[in-house]
Amino acid sequence: MIEFKNVGLVYPNGTEGLKNINVKINDGEFVVIVGLSGAGKSTFIRSINRLVTPTSGTLLVDNEDILQYRGKKLRELRTKIGMIFQNYNLVKRSNVLKNVLAGRLGHTGTLRSIFGMYKKEDIALAYESLKRVNIADKIYNRADELSGGQQQRVSIARVLTQKPSYILADEPVASLDPPTSHQVMTYLKKINKEDNITTIVNLHFIDMAMEYADRIIGMRAGEIVFDGPASEVNEKTFEQIYGRTIREDDLRGEAEKVEQP
Amino acid sequence: MNNHDHRSAQVKTPSIYPTKTKAQITIIFFIVIGFYLYSMVKTQQEMVGGFNNAISNMWNVMLKFFPPNLEVIGAVWPPMATTIQMAIIATTIATILTIPLALLSAQNITTSKPLYYTTRTILNILRTIPDLVLAVIFVGLFGIGVLPGILALIVFSLGILAKLISETIEAVDMNPLEAMRASGANSIQMIAYGLVPQVLPQFTSFVLYVLELNIRASVVLGLVGAGGIGLILDQQLGFYNYPNAMTIILVIFVVVLTIEYISNKIREALI
Repeated sequence: MIEFKNVGLVYPNGTEGLKNINVKINDGEFVVIVGLSGAGKSTFIRSINRLVTPTSGTLLVDNEDILQYRGKKLRELRTKIGMIFQNYNLVKRSNVLKNVLAGRLGHTGTLRSIFGMYKKEDIALAYESLKRVNIADKIYNRADELSGGQQQRVSIARVLTQKPSYILADEPVASLDPPTSHQVMTYLKKINKEDNITTIVNLHFIDMAMEYADRIIGMRAGEIVFDGPASEVNEKTFEQIYGRTIREDDLRGEAEKVEQP
Repeated sequence: MNNHDHRSAQVKTPSIYPTKTKAQITIIFFIVIGFYLYSMVKTQQEMVGGFNNAISNMWNVMLKFFPPNLEVIGAVWPPMATTIQMAIIATTIATILTIPLALLSAQNITTSKPLYYTTRTILNILRTIPDLVLAVIFVGLFGIGVLPGILALIVFSLGILAKLISETIEAVDMNPLEAMRASGANSIQMIAYGLVPQVLPQFTSFVLYVLELNIRASVVLGLVGAGGIGLILDQQLGFYNYPNAMTIILVIFVVVLTIEYISNKIREALI
């Protein structure tokens, strides 16, 4: 369980990233955060694994205040939170398997990882994860030989290999075309349901948010302006969150029947 | 009528650069030309009468070098081998020492400002000392021989390598490192897994380049007593034994070209 209590974040340059956030995210939920760019979605998500550190309030993950964590404790927290990025963040010159194994770094000793001496079960786990996102035939390809959608699937496999209890996805489909976007979201949703991993996704496409989310949180200017189940959301709600009328580019669009993974 | 239209269009056409910029560039251009003219006049004054002599002298000196005495070629190889060995040992040690220094002087890896500026400054100072001066200092400390040569080469190549590699590190894609940090990796793991694969090709290429530099430099270092082929070359020139010296120069020429060729081929394959 993740709980924000009066969390605020002021960046060194004075910008307020988060303003008095109070929200509770329950285990197993699939939460989509929506908002315009600059609304604080990324800051919100990155606070949870402390890639940024809130400057006030308390943030509880599994009932422990993570804002006090440093060093080893912080790394332990991060091992149980997987993250997916807009630009996939793979090592382009390394092969797919090696990229996926990077998900085990937090569980592997420093010396072992420097010499690439991974445990057999870790390599098996990495291979298994690649199979789950249907890309196991590419294990020896260099990451930069893959298409955007394939790279994002590799990064999902990396997160799976980490065996996390939470997955954070920061605009995972912003660099992809509509069919691939739906494919990636479908994988995320499937993993959320099968492994019961709490998943928080930042999106700015309102149709995708409504299609995949259990719960939608709307943000504007560092504040939560909407929080409710996806079933209660309609275009009016989004107009309130965005503070303007909905436009064509707020929609990702249908994929002509996505192949089911 | 038509003609009139055409002319008015011409008048309105703006120039590519603003008039002010144009004037500035013209002034700078003439100042630079002025420097050239001044330097030419000055240097020719000092070379008055010198050039004619030099050319006739050059011919005489050249004649003394030919034909090279190829009989000494057997005796030239051992000191040549010493020179190559000096360069290899120095490059290897410098490469190892470079790794921590390059990391410490890369702003994206070393987030501590004081530490970064300290290493940067040390490396900058190191680079300002010419290799010949280093050799003179080390020969003074350790006496004539191979050891001061190696030490001079290490310090000399450390300055270059650490600078080149730290700049490569600064140009690296930091996103994968962020992903590893987010999954609980520690800094050493981030470097080994996210950074090393990205810089390895350039790293190898720079090391080979510095090896080439070191082989050439170690020839010169021999002249001030730092061992290797340069020492022998200096002796032969000192005895006015120009045919022998010519053989040595030829051997150096062939060796340097061969090593450059090989390392160029390896670098091409890497990048």
